Amino acid sequence: MSSRRRRLGEGPGASLGEALPLERKLELYHWMRLTRTLEERLVALYRQTKVVGGLFRSLGQEADAVGSCYALEARDVMSPLIRNMGAMLVKGATPVEILKQYMARGDSPTRGRELNIHFGDLGEAGKTRGFLGQISPLGDMVPVMAGVTLTFKMRGEDRVGLVYVGDGATSTGAFHEGINFAAVQKLPLVVIIENNGYAYSTPTHKQTAAKQFVDKAIGYGVYGEQVDGNDVLAVYDCTKRAVDRARAGEGVSLLEFMTFRRKGHAEHDNQSYVQPGEVEGWAADNDPIDRFVRVLVDREKVPQATLDAIDARIAQEVDAATDVAEASPLPQPLDALVGVYADPPSERPLWYREGADVSALGTERAEGWGTWDASKGAPR
Amino acid sequence: MPEITYLEAIREALDEEMARDPNVFLIGEDIGAFGGAFKVTDGLMAKYGEPRVIDSPISEIAIVGAAAGAAHMGMRPVVEMQFIDFMANAYDMLTNYVATARYRAFLGCPMVVRGPSGGYVRGGPFHSQNPEAGFIHTPGLKVVYPATAEDAKGLMKAAIRDDDCVLFFEHKYLYRRIKGVMPAGDHVVPIGKARTAREGTDLSIITYAATVHKSLEAAEQLHAEHGLSVEVIDLRTLAPLDDQAIFATTRKTHRVLVVHEDTRTGGIAGEITARISETCFAHLDAPVLRVTAHDIPLPYAPALEDFVLPQVQDIVTAALRLAAW
Repeated sequence: MSSRRRRLGEGPGASLGEALPLERKLELYHWMRLTRTLEERLVALYRQTKVVGGLFRSLGQEADAVGSCYALEARDVMSPLIRNMGAMLVKGATPVEILKQYMARGDSPTRGRELNIHFGDLGEAGKTRGFLGQISPLGDMVPVMAGVTLTFKMRGEDRVGLVYVGDGATSTGAFHEGINFAAVQKLPLVVIIENNGYAYSTPTHKQTAAKQFVDKAIGYGVYGEQVDGNDVLAVYDCTKRAVDRARAGEGVSLLEFMTFRRKGHAEHDNQSYVQPGEVEGWAADNDPIDRFVRVLVDREKVPQATLDAIDARIAQEVDAATDVAEASPLPQPLDALVGVYADPPSERPLWYREGADVSALGTERAEGWGTWDASKGAPR
Repeated sequence: MPEITYLEAIREALDEEMARDPNVFLIGEDIGAFGGAFKVTDGLMAKYGEPRVIDSPISEIAIVGAAAGAAHMGMRPVVEMQFIDFMANAYDMLTNYVATARYRAFLGCPMVVRGPSGGYVRGGPFHSQNPEAGFIHTPGLKVVYPATAEDAKGLMKAAIRDDDCVLFFEHKYLYRRIKGVMPAGDHVVPIGKARTAREGTDLSIITYAATVHKSLEAAEQLHAEHGLSVEVIDLRTLAPLDDQAIFATTRKTHRVLVVHEDTRTGGIAGEITARISETCFAHLDAPVLRVTAHDIPLPYAPALEDFVLPQVQDIVTAALRLAAW
């Protein structure tokens, strides 16, 4: 895969990923395996119709999400896409939260207002875990993360932002405006383009005439680098250097991760648009977890039993989380009316809703007016 | 206290709020050293420095989105749209993201998006619009549109202090034509409260922004020439609407004319009419009538613009029809 690697700007230097101590490499393995196991559990729950809406997999992309987010510090802020559940787990989102979200429970992080992994925990360093829930109109997270990192710059806080976009989102105006603004302001922001081959059903050659997405870095005047997105250590290395640059005040980086989406856009999508053998080829030769297992076992001499023990702990954790989520309450319908604004804190139910306060209509009938008396039956 | 213009009142509010709260900052196109296309922010960069007055690229999505991100982190950004017409470029960011962030994600967006709005200035189709109705339709946004210099200042201060996003429409025809003496001290006008611009008993005109002044002129003419006592309600805030003020004037005069400069179909007058009909039907002596712009993109030539927009004589004609019902 190294032939795919291309850097603009600086030379390669030593790999920060390969230099990680073994215990941290095993953490990377843990997060990737947890991502896959939790998603497999969600598939089972989806088939049991316990997942309320769609289900979005990151199968084959676990290294790109985990390896990049692992390069952040606890105080930094990350903004994930639908295929970055692994990044959210690294940043502290829990399997219980994710399961409750997918099952639309009343005590889920968004109390049933939002879908799947569309939830965040954003604010002061040390008090929040530092991730911003996905915005579905693609590209919009780039301007919003520009604003988050603008705050870091204005307040002199030693914090960095990282935002993921797909190959498709690079075609939006929001992506362009956001990265351009961040570049001009020299904000501490890392923008990651996950090039997974398809935006829903649209292949990359219908998305852009550029030879590669990382070339866009030149136009924005920012640092650019392309990396094998299925090599978790290379992803970590590339992202860590971009994060360090941002922290040092050197501004925005645009990273392109080469990967492949082995499932449909969502679970309903049969991927009829994918070339024959494409999915199977990536699964056989380029699964990010299989590749990392080979690194750990063959090169780092990690006993298979060590990995098996991690897998077993994860299976137990996901089982226990599923039990908690399944036992959690459904939302109360009237909660739907709370919290659109800070003031007023709640809206009133419409008068015709059963159980609602009928006086909410507020209809005033002047005395002696009209022909219909409800106590005397139908109008004349 | 000297009289100052509507425009100066807005600047005074920005200045006072920036002095009061270090989290308040301004972002927009040409607003810094140049002071903005209409000079609303003139002098503020010199006073507060570049980090707090940001000259942005021509990127309405980016500056509204960045304001939202900064607002999540506790800042209080004030975004300038060079002309309010360009807010359409940020429609997605405002309606899909900013308006829903508190509800979906418990993230506040204490931010203001402000800019010169409205016609009667020969600005042509891209520099004269009143796009407020599209945003009133979106739960999660607040919308204000002052008619007086006092309200321009007091509502701006309230908007900056509000914990949600407030869209602040400034009427460019009023910028330098309307003046007022600012009340002493910390002058804040609460969002969501209408104002009685003129007391009356025979019929009510419910309106906002530039047509408040057209309605007051019409009311004077109706009194002088026809002996009619006309009440004029200046809504000031369009979301949330002040239902109590709307219903109170309906109960008082039993005849209501809604006047706005925005186009007719889907305009706020329809919503106000529906609320009166649902709640105060028994109090009405006549159907609620509307005077609005025609459903036409606003043309440039004076003869054309004047024909499309509501004029004093239109309000007089409609009021006489209402009074004679």
